[in-house]
Formats: sequence, C-alpha cells, structure tokens
Amino acid sequence: MAQINKFIRDFGWARIIIGLFLLGLFIAAPVFGVRVDASINDVIVRFGMNAIMVLSMVPMIQSGAGLNFGIPVGLIAGMLGAVISLEFHLTGLPGIAVAMIIGLFFAAIFGFFYGLLLNKVKGDEMIIATYVGFSFVFFMNIMWTILPFSNPASVQGFKGEGLRVTISVKDYWYHVLNDLAKIPVTERFAVPMGMILLFAIVALFVWLFFKTKTGTAITAVGSNPDYARASGISIDKMRIISVMLSTMIASIGMIVYEQSFGFIQMYNSPLAFSFPSVAAILLGGATVNKATIPNVIIGTLLFQGILTMTPSVINNAIDIDVSEVIRIIVTNGLIVYALTRGKGGK
Amino acid sequence: MSQENALLQVSRVGKKYNENVVLKDISFTLEKGKILGLVGENGAGKSTLMNILFGMNVIVETGGYEGEIYFEGKKIDFKNPVDALNAGIGMVHQEFSLIPGFTVAENVLLNMEKTKSSIISRTFGKKYETVDMPVIREEAQKAIDLLGISLDIDTLVSEIPVGYKQFIEIAREIKRDQVKMIILDEPTAVLTETEADILLESMKRLSDMGVSIIFISHRLREITTACDTIVVLRDGNVVVERPVEGVDIRQIAKWMVGRDIDTKSEESKNVSIVDENDIIFETKNLWVDMPGEQIKNVSLKVRKGEILGIGGLAGQGKLGFPNGIMGLFDAGGEIFFEGKPLPLNNTLEALKRGISFVSEDRRGVGLLLDEPIDWNIAFNAMQVQDKFIKKYLGGLFSLRDDRSMRNVANEYIEQLEIKCTSEKQLARNLSGGNQQKVCLAKAFATDPKLLFVSEPTRGIDVGAKELVLNALRKYNEENNTTIVIVSSELEELRSISDRIAIICEGEIFGIVPPETDVTEFGLLMSGEYKINEEGEKIWLR
Repeated sequence: MAQINKFIRDFGWARIIIGLFLLGLFIAAPVFGVRVDASINDVIVRFGMNAIMVLSMVPMIQSGAGLNFGIPVGLIAGMLGAVISLEFHLTGLPGIAVAMIIGLFFAAIFGFFYGLLLNKVKGDEMIIATYVGFSFVFFMNIMWTILPFSNPASVQGFKGEGLRVTISVKDYWYHVLNDLAKIPVTERFAVPMGMILLFAIVALFVWLFFKTKTGTAITAVGSNPDYARASGISIDKMRIISVMLSTMIASIGMIVYEQSFGFIQMYNSPLAFSFPSVAAILLGGATVNKATIPNVIIGTLLFQGILTMTPSVINNAIDIDVSEVIRIIVTNGLIVYALTRGKGGK
Repeated sequence: MSQENALLQVSRVGKKYNENVVLKDISFTLEKGKILGLVGENGAGKSTLMNILFGMNVIVETGGYEGEIYFEGKKIDFKNPVDALNAGIGMVHQEFSLIPGFTVAENVLLNMEKTKSSIISRTFGKKYETVDMPVIREEAQKAIDLLGISLDIDTLVSEIPVGYKQFIEIAREIKRDQVKMIILDEPTAVLTETEADILLESMKRLSDMGVSIIFISHRLREITTACDTIVVLRDGNVVVERPVEGVDIRQIAKWMVGRDIDTKSEESKNVSIVDENDIIFETKNLWVDMPGEQIKNVSLKVRKGEILGIGGLAGQGKLGFPNGIMGLFDAGGEIFFEGKPLPLNNTLEALKRGISFVSEDRRGVGLLLDEPIDWNIAFNAMQVQDKFIKKYLGGLFSLRDDRSMRNVANEYIEQLEIKCTSEKQLARNLSGGNQQKVCLAKAFATDPKLLFVSEPTRGIDVGAKELVLNALRKYNEENNTTIVIVSSELEELRSISDRIAIICEGEIFGIVPPETDVTEFGLLMSGEYKINEEGEKIWLR
C-alpha cells in the first residue's frame, strides 16, 4: 500500500487519471470499430510532430523564465525558414535541412530580443510572453504579405505576391522525416523513425546541454536566482541563453510539424500551438520551474493520445462531437491546475 | 510593588518555536502610568515577548505560549492584534505604517475618522457617512500638542523628516479611545539626539496622564533617563527587574551581555601564528547600501590567517560588510585583496580571487533548496574554478562530472557530520544545522583564501552550533585560511575570534581582543563610546 501511495505521489494524480482514461479508450476502440493499430500509428505520428515543440519548453522552465507561452516567436522563425527554403526550390532532405538552418538563424535573433524583453519583466514572464506571442504573430502577418517572396507555390495565386494562408510542401519535402527509415509494423501502422530520431537527437542535445557548466548555471538560476547571483553568475545572461535555446528548438519543432502535416500554415496558425504545448509538458509532470525530458515524452504521449483517441472512439460511441470539448477542458484545465499549484509545489 | 496598581502582569511566560526555546519563565509587572525600559541583545527574546503581548498571529500559529498575562487584573489571551487594540494596548513598530500620500491629520486618525451623517448614509448605513475634516484636524492637533512637538498637521507624510514620522505613529496610538498601554519598539533608532530627547519628554508627559509605556531601546542612556523600571532580558530569561534609580549604563551593559563574567570561555584558542603586518585584505572608506544594514564608512585591515569577529546589534550594519564586499549589494570605496585592488560590485571576480562567503540568509541565498546536496556543495567550485568538469572528445565539449561531485559531497558529509539519507537528498529536507553545514561545505569546496561567514549559527540548535564553530576553527588551523565571522552572538565571537570588531551605526566603533570585559562590548555595541586606532575611548553619549 505504501508503495502504491508513493507511486501515486511520484507520478501525480493528473497523469494517472489521464493515463487510465487513455488506456480505457484503447480498450474500447475495437468495440466501436476503430482499429487499434491505426490508432497507435496516429498517436506516434502526432507524438513525433509535437514532441520537439514541447521539448522547447524545457530550457525556459529550467531557467525560471516560466512556461513559454511565447512559443509563436520560435514557430515563426521556423515558418520563415520553411518559406525561405521554398524560395530556393530545394526538395527532400537538403530542402528541410536548409529550412532548419535558416529557421535556427532567425530563432537565435528573435530569441535574443525576446530574452532581453523577458529579463525586464521578471516575475510576470508568462503573461508578457503570451502578449509577445500575439503581437509578434500579428506583426508577422503584415510581413508575410509584403516580404518579396516569389515561389508560385508560396505566393497568393491571384496577384503573385504575399504568402498564401496554407502553403503545400507536397512537391518539396513532404514526409521527408516521416518516411526516413520508416519501420512498417502492420498494414496501418508504421513507426516514423526519422521524426523519432530527430526528436531523440534534439532531446539528447538538451540533456547534454543541461550537464554542461552553463546548463548547470541555468538550472541554478531557475532554482534560486539569489544563490546563482551569489555565485557570480549573470542571471540575465543565463536567462537569455535559455530563451534563445527554447526559441531555436521551437523553430525546429515547427518545421518537423510542417513536413508531416504537408502544409506550412501561415498567419495566425502559431497561436494554436502555445496552449497545447504548455499543457502537454505540465501533463508530463513538469512544474512551473522544473522540467525534465521524461516529462516531455510522457506528457506529449498522453496529451496527443487523448487528442487522437477521443474523436475516433468517443464520437463513434455517442455520435456527438465532444472531442473538441475534451481537448479544451484538458488543455486549459491542466494549465490552471499547474499554475495554481504554484512554485515548487509537489 | 502594590498589586492593585499593576496594569500589566506577566507571569511565568514561556515560548518555544518548534524545539527552540526563546522565552523561559518571564515574569514582570508594569504599573499604571509608569515607563518600563526593556533591554536585551538581539535574540534575547524582546520581539517575541512583544509579539505575545500584542497578540501577533505568529504566536498563535506556532502553538501559543505558556504562562499567564494579566491586564488590568483580567487574564488576557489575544488571538490577534485587534483584540489587543480593543483592550487598550497600542504598539508602534520599528517599521512605519503610514500612508505617504495622506496628511499628518489623516494619518493620525486613520480608520478612526470622525464622520458626519448625510442622506445617503441614513439610507445605506454608517459606512457611507462623510469624513468630517475640521473635526479630524482638531483632534489630530490635540494629539500632536500632547506630544509637545510642533508639526503642521496639513503636511503630507511623504514630506516629513523621518524623525517626525515616529511621532505621528505615537499620536495615532494615543488617539485611540481608552489606550492604556503603548509599546514602543526601538522608536529612537531613527531619531537624532534632539529628536530622541523630545520623544523622551513626550513619553514622560504621556505617563503623567496615566498611560503606561513599554520602551525598547538599545541606547542605554535613554533607558536610564526616561524609565521608571528596567527589565533586562538575556537568552529568554529576565535577568534583572528593578527600579531605574541608581543603575548606571555600565551595569546595564553587563547585565545585557554578560554570562558568567568570571568564567572566561575556556575554548582552545586557535594556534596559528598571525603576523600583525601581513595584511591579506583591506577596506578603505567602504560603504554598502544594504537595506536595514547599511555600512557608512569602514576602513579595516584583516591579517592573514586570523579569525576576525565582527559584532554589533541588528540593523547597525555588520551584515552589510560581507554582503557589500561580495557584490551582493551596492557598495563603494576601495578594497584590496592580497595587496591588489579588488573591484567592488563584482561577485565573480571576488570569488575567482579566492574569497568565499557563507550568507546569513541560508535558505534565501545560501542554498538551492530544490537541488540535491552534492549540487549545492559543488556548484560554486564548478562555476568559478571549473572544478568537477570533465572534457570529452579532446576538449570539444565538457560536461559536469557527476561522479566527482558525488565523491566530494560524501567527503564533506562525513567530515562535517551532515545528517542526511544520501548526497542526493534535497537541501530543503535537511534541518537548519545540516543546511548550514552544507553552506560551509560549499565554501570549503572552493578552497578559499579568505572566508566570510555571516551568522553561521543563527537558528540552529546547540549541538550543531558547536560542530559548525569547530569546523570553522579547524579549517582555519589546517589551511591557514583567514576567516571573517559576522555574528550577533557575542559569546560565539569571543570563543572563536582572534580580534573582534564592533560595528555600530555603519561604522567600526572599536577593535578589541576577545578577552575584553563584556561590559566594554555592551557599551561599544550601544555606541556609548568609540575606540580609535590608538586605543583611546571617545565618549559619544
């Protein structure tokens, strides 16, 4: 009994409930004519699409800059990389590689200024980050229309300038990572190794980074800024590094998402990613100032699992579309839950 | 003392915070219309006693107190300050609680405003009555006059000199209906001599009117001039309760500080030989802007290999000294380390040159509460000196060496007898004494040449105190490390230091050997006189 209690305490009620719910959905799936292998396939693909974005939360949480509600800043850098890569008409792996490099470049610049801003609003990072996300998206909405893009696939067909709302990457690098080293398991289920591998590489990088001297210092800044200052560490510098890192990882996450989705969604689309990414890492067990890579993996799996399974299973079962309702309850409920627990709460 | 004349009777009051006994068996009596002077070193229990009298929430939350208190013959048990106010006890705190944007008059009658009824208030109730300014001004003027000061009641509080704010607070207390007793907690600390004199006059006038006063001050002369009786607290005990007549300040100082004055502490004095001319560290005209602990002008030389104690009462600036040198608070002036100037406000540079600091704010600054012990111990050494870093791929990148961190942590756990489940236990879950040992280990791990230790034994139990002090002494002897130890506990300083500097009002009032008579320490700490470099006493008060 003591062990069960300990497990519950360590693992957390939120995750246990959602995990059981998800398990229930998988068990119920065949009853309502939903194929289990196809469901697993969907969950894994969606995991691959979103995991890097969720991972991008980690550096900022660790440095005490809070949950990155301003993730659109990084996502926009990724979009910028993607559309610029299209301008060069590059296809396949080179195309996506160039997109990522350009994305990283812009993400580093954006992240630096974003970090400078967040240093000025210590204590209120999350609310400010939300606004930064919003305003930057709308600023870029203007830029998307006036920047001189020329690839016919990207620009609006009727006037030849300004980017489309959705740009197809079908002819460029659609499913490049999904299909890389793909391992077919059943007819409807194949493991998208390329995507999983890339996540593993980025995760390994983050893990290693937090074992370096700088990474350790960043963790200390997040854990107790006064302690870090008394150790001669520049708090502002460490926070900027973490914000840059978060932003850069988010930009890669965006490109991975786009290649799997098949479209670059422009304009307001980045806004749709902040809450789900935040909710996923919280579901994984992260707190406002502590996050680990297992948090990312567990959180993304559970969160995306719910998102994939509820429309297929529950809608089949009761003929009403409740998936959206459940998604919103889970997403926002988790964020509220995590924020009310406050700092350092268990 | 006639019992029927007693306003307040404190009988066998005791208080514990967890296992830490702060007050033991406190008994004293305060008569109507008398002034009682309460003195004691920091940590003697003055604040706790006042908190009990005023029904502060901390007392109730930490399990109440033992013993009984009688006010006007009735047993009292205040659950919160409002009860105390209703009973007729007023308190003026060290920190001002005034509204800067209101006038003096408005502040004096804050929440006691005289009001006029109007149509609206007659309809919607008393809360909607309008404020009657003329009456308020009149009442405030009366209260101010009573105190015997000239102060324009229409001035905004923000424009009034600090010294006078104290009077507004007192005016507010006496304005309360049926106030019978006022507690003044260090009211003269922020006042100049003349202002303090006016305050003492006002106090006498109040007591003539029948209001009793408990007056806390560390300026002993004020106690002897203004008070009728004196109560001296030491280590949570009342050591003296007697009329003030015939008591001189030297005697009070002795009561305040002295344990058994005849039995000198027989601690083994440290054996390292200190060359008086071998100066490792020097400050010239140092000032530090640490709120509540300001250093105004300190020039001090620290000899290589010595343990220098720095003492003084709270709020006089002793804590500002190490904090300023380490760059944690704004500082100016000049400092030299090993003969070379050391930039101020640069923590990293100070650490790199081999200066370490154990902060008095253990949980706030000293520890990463949510990280394991080994992190806490190794962190500074890693960040400042690149220890515990292992290179990979021919120096292409380097990572934290968790294994050597673990080993070092275990070494210190053994050496300092840190009680923990393992080196992976979170610092948060350790007891105060063990947390302090982790802080020491963190400093030791950087192999400092000069170590500042601030309040190393604050809030830890006796056994742990001994261990911490022994660890410091041993470290000093074995590595010939210079240690500057700042502490509020004089006995502790006397047992460990080679020399003791007393800081008062942001300046050094004297540097004396630890064997000096405790009376002298008491007088130095109260700022009665200063000892200059030639060893002459300059009487100030």
